Amino acid sequence: MRSSHADLRIGVLALQGDFAEHVQMLARLGAQAVEVRRPADLDGIDGLILPGGESTTIGNLMERSGLTAPIQRLARNGTPMWGTCAGLILMARGVGRRQPLLRVMDVQVERNAFGRQLDSFEANLDIDGLPGGAFRAVFIRAPVVRRCGRGVRALSRLDDGAVVAVQQDRLLGTAFHPELTGDPRLHAHFMAMTRRA
Amino acid sequence: MSTNGAVSKNTETIKRGLAQMLKGGVIMDVVTAEQASIAEAAGAAAVMALERVPADIRAHGGVARMADPDKIIEIQQAVTIPVMAKCRIGHFVEAEVLQALGVDYIDESEVLTPADEEHHVAKAGFDVPFVCGCRDLGEALRRIGEGAAMIRTKGEAGTGDVVEAVRHMRRLMGEIRRLQNLPDEERPAFAKEIQAPLPLVEEVAALGRLPVVNFAAGGIASPADAALMMRLGCDGNFVGSGIFKSSDPARRAQAIVEATTNFRDAALVAEVSRSLGEPMSGIANRGLQPEEMLAGRGW
Repeated sequence: MRSSHADLRIGVLALQGDFAEHVQMLARLGAQAVEVRRPADLDGIDGLILPGGESTTIGNLMERSGLTAPIQRLARNGTPMWGTCAGLILMARGVGRRQPLLRVMDVQVERNAFGRQLDSFEANLDIDGLPGGAFRAVFIRAPVVRRCGRGVRALSRLDDGAVVAVQQDRLLGTAFHPELTGDPRLHAHFMAMTRRA
Repeated sequence: MSTNGAVSKNTETIKRGLAQMLKGGVIMDVVTAEQASIAEAAGAAAVMALERVPADIRAHGGVARMADPDKIIEIQQAVTIPVMAKCRIGHFVEAEVLQALGVDYIDESEVLTPADEEHHVAKAGFDVPFVCGCRDLGEALRRIGEGAAMIRTKGEAGTGDVVEAVRHMRRLMGEIRRLQNLPDEERPAFAKEIQAPLPLVEEVAALGRLPVVNFAAGGIASPADAALMMRLGCDGNFVGSGIFKSSDPARRAQAIVEATTNFRDAALVAEVSRSLGEPMSGIANRGLQPEEMLAGRGW
């Protein structure tokens, strides 16, 4: 698989959270990973990953480093973007409380939808369009998508119907952490989205 | 689209995973809901709910115990970020109480008065994850062996003097580098020397780092201190008395958060360090008697 994506430059928002795990996964797939801390780091990227972490922390730092508006512009211009957990929260239009957000994806998200850390869990998920069978998904103080706007496709649900993976054009959101498992299929899926863009 | 059953909770992946989400962040000691809200607004990745910050524990003396459940609940209700709390070393009932309160992480901490001078809490049996302090690789691996899902340096809490945190981080990193250069057959003797379980020593040799997230703690009081610890290789910072014992906690908290993120950018650290007001006054560790050092607690 290595070097098949060597021409792709993927930014990973590196303000706080598990960005290093995403960078490792990208390296495994042979893509170039760029850690994004300042607006200039966004130059020339083909796609952007918003990692897991604390969404309030990342949102605050995004505002203070002047990254919010440039990232919103990238999303509007069709640059593929993928948010995992906190990243999905940041992409959402609303989360039911005041905090800095990108508001680029037409979804309403509920934070900590399962409760505290003691309610965090792993489960096998079927994900629409992802070949190779169930995906072992790690949910850590995870959000869920409570409302999808027009043009947003639910890619995966839990048994109770809660939406945990969504796609809207070139924007992808997962409530779980594919970067914490050894399974590179969703990263490969995002590479393919980026290549088509 | 369904979950195909096989739901599991409280796995090692889940416990260590929350610490991975805190990386690059600052975990702040708070004693009231109001402080917790200030910390969250300043960009804290989590808060540590306490009865008294370490500087006050030091000043007041007496026995330092787990915080009052009312205090923990009040702080849990004030913020959406993870809430941690401390139990005394070896006090497994305090740990059970904190778990029952639904805290997100327990710090089995030398800052509180130890309840057991020989044994730590058997942490693997708990559903809630634990973080523990260390001064070196052996201590870190003993704690991980007991089930800790996150490690921090001990440093010297409540002093505002970063020297012990630096000592502990350098020692830990130095021992990992030394281990990586050892031939395989010398690892068992190394494990014995540092009094650590051999399988964990083998794992560290293979990974080139601890198998869990590793924060700095104990004496961090300025943005430059926070960036220094990141440069020495830690994954994030705990800041205790350094924030709410300073003259302008909200600004200092925000500055320490920004310095932790942009730890390689000296110009930015300079910018955020301007006009922060007075830092906590602090106690130089050199002037402490051995029995006044908290870092010696833990076995």
